[in-house]
Amino acid sequence: MPNYYQPEIETMPYEDIRALQNERLLKQVRHVWDNVPYYRKKMEEKGVTPDDIQSIDDLYKLPFLSKDDLREAYPYGLLGMPLSECVRIHSTSGTTGKRVVAFYTQHDVDLWEDCCARAIVAAGGTKEDVCHVAYGYGLFTGGAGLHGGSHKVGCLTLPMSSGNTDRQLQFMTDLGSTILCCTPSYAAYLAESIYERGLRDQIKLKAGIFGAEAWSEDMRRDIEDKLGIKAYDIYGLTETSGPGVAFECSEQTGMHINEDHFIAEIINPETGEVLPEGSKGELVFTAITKEAFPLLRYRTRDICVLTRKKCSCGRTHVKMSKPMGRSDDMLIIRGVNVFPSQIETVLLQKGYPANYQIVVDRVNNSDTLEVMVEMTPEMFSDSLGQIARMEKELVAALKAMLGIMAKVKLVAPKTIARSEGKAVRVIDKRKI
Amino acid sequence: MTIHQISVFLENRTGQLAEITRLLAENNVNLRAISIAETADYGLARMIVDDSHKASAILLEHGDILSMTPVWAVEVPDRPAGLSELLTVLAEGDVAVEYMYSLFTHKDGHAYMVLRITDEAAFTAAIAGTDIKLVGMEELGLK
Repeated sequence: MPNYYQPEIETMPYEDIRALQNERLLKQVRHVWDNVPYYRKKMEEKGVTPDDIQSIDDLYKLPFLSKDDLREAYPYGLLGMPLSECVRIHSTSGTTGKRVVAFYTQHDVDLWEDCCARAIVAAGGTKEDVCHVAYGYGLFTGGAGLHGGSHKVGCLTLPMSSGNTDRQLQFMTDLGSTILCCTPSYAAYLAESIYERGLRDQIKLKAGIFGAEAWSEDMRRDIEDKLGIKAYDIYGLTETSGPGVAFECSEQTGMHINEDHFIAEIINPETGEVLPEGSKGELVFTAITKEAFPLLRYRTRDICVLTRKKCSCGRTHVKMSKPMGRSDDMLIIRGVNVFPSQIETVLLQKGYPANYQIVVDRVNNSDTLEVMVEMTPEMFSDSLGQIARMEKELVAALKAMLGIMAKVKLVAPKTIARSEGKAVRVIDKRKI
Repeated sequence: MTIHQISVFLENRTGQLAEITRLLAENNVNLRAISIAETADYGLARMIVDDSHKASAILLEHGDILSMTPVWAVEVPDRPAGLSELLTVLAEGDVAVEYMYSLFTHKDGHAYMVLRITDEAAFTAAIAGTDIKLVGMEELGLK
């Protein structure tokens, strides 16, 4: 039985979606032109005015926005509404430690929560459910997004946030959580704990909504088997609101993009050229309803494929594949965005050589991050205690910059592999 | 009257130590004492050699990371309680020993201990007036 939160929108015929997108796009371009001088300047530089945009077919004429723009415009440069109309911010780490801050009006929050509600209902959620939100709460969008969506659906919402596994399991068993929302790696960890403690018979979970990091089909089956649930993927990024930009339905063959709020394009990351449906390329979003942070043609750097193949769930919105990679060097580790340049910045600040290597792996379904640093004569000491103190300081500085723990490994000079004279900075051993 | 010790950084990898000792052997440097300190990820080799300047030049050339550290060589009677007596004196003088190991050399019923003590003033004060004997580079045939 199909589950829709807003059936009239979610199953709207394609022609109607397109008409709605056309209407909203024109309005949004005008809004941005009038209120966001940073983007207006970019349009002027490209010789484009709002009059040049008559429909989605003209979308390609608009300039792209990238994470670099967000950094340059930090914090208010891309704001589309007076601050007095904004009610919330969320934030994500950007390159070289500068954060990206996104703003929301009450209307923006409302629409975002609608998107998350659609995801919860698609996963079988109703007002009878107990929705266990174990995404991090705070600046991260995961907690707030699913929390708001859960309220809209009318679920009993458990604002657990992440961590404290004992408490998670206690609430899960005592209050009978039926839907679990968290990162897939945390879900795998909880599943493992439930399995080990023999709690399987005491939990009532039926579905999970897992996102914010890459996960494989194998991992999905593993979580589904261990918890006896159906596991759904969800996609989003802080720049475009947060989770719920796209979500999986019961078919589990891709995520429906909420096209009444976002226009998706696939481009060639090298040339910026728009590619036809079915092509693999970089995903670009234009937010057509957002007021406070109205990004047009924002390059996500995620590589994926879009398809309009008819879906058995009845939804008509375009589906995106799981991201297959990145067109930049960003790593997603335990749900957190990590750029190698951030690690480099910390090393240089602390007086270490910039010759380093980042090794990312997945052990027991949880990501590990190891930073290998070549020892230098200046760092070396006859005292192991002194070396350990330096290591500890570096670990703390990395934690402060990245928001997650990294293991530091000191290695002998000239041992970090170089190919054609250029050091290999990142080794990602995760098989996703 | 300290003696020269060479400390070399060792990555935790099979054959690291063999490589360093082979290098010294090829250059006819004689090891007079060696001690290994280790953590889970790396270690360091502390060595007393007959020619510390030559040894350090060879190791630096090889690309190793090292430091020269002053340590004390102390003569200890080779009999029960020999070391205990020395350490008791140091403990009573509130002298902290960071690490310690022995030299291969023995002489007339005596062994030699290598001690790393950073508080030189406390150390010399503690052993003053006792029969504890420090040994210098020359006496040990080191340069």
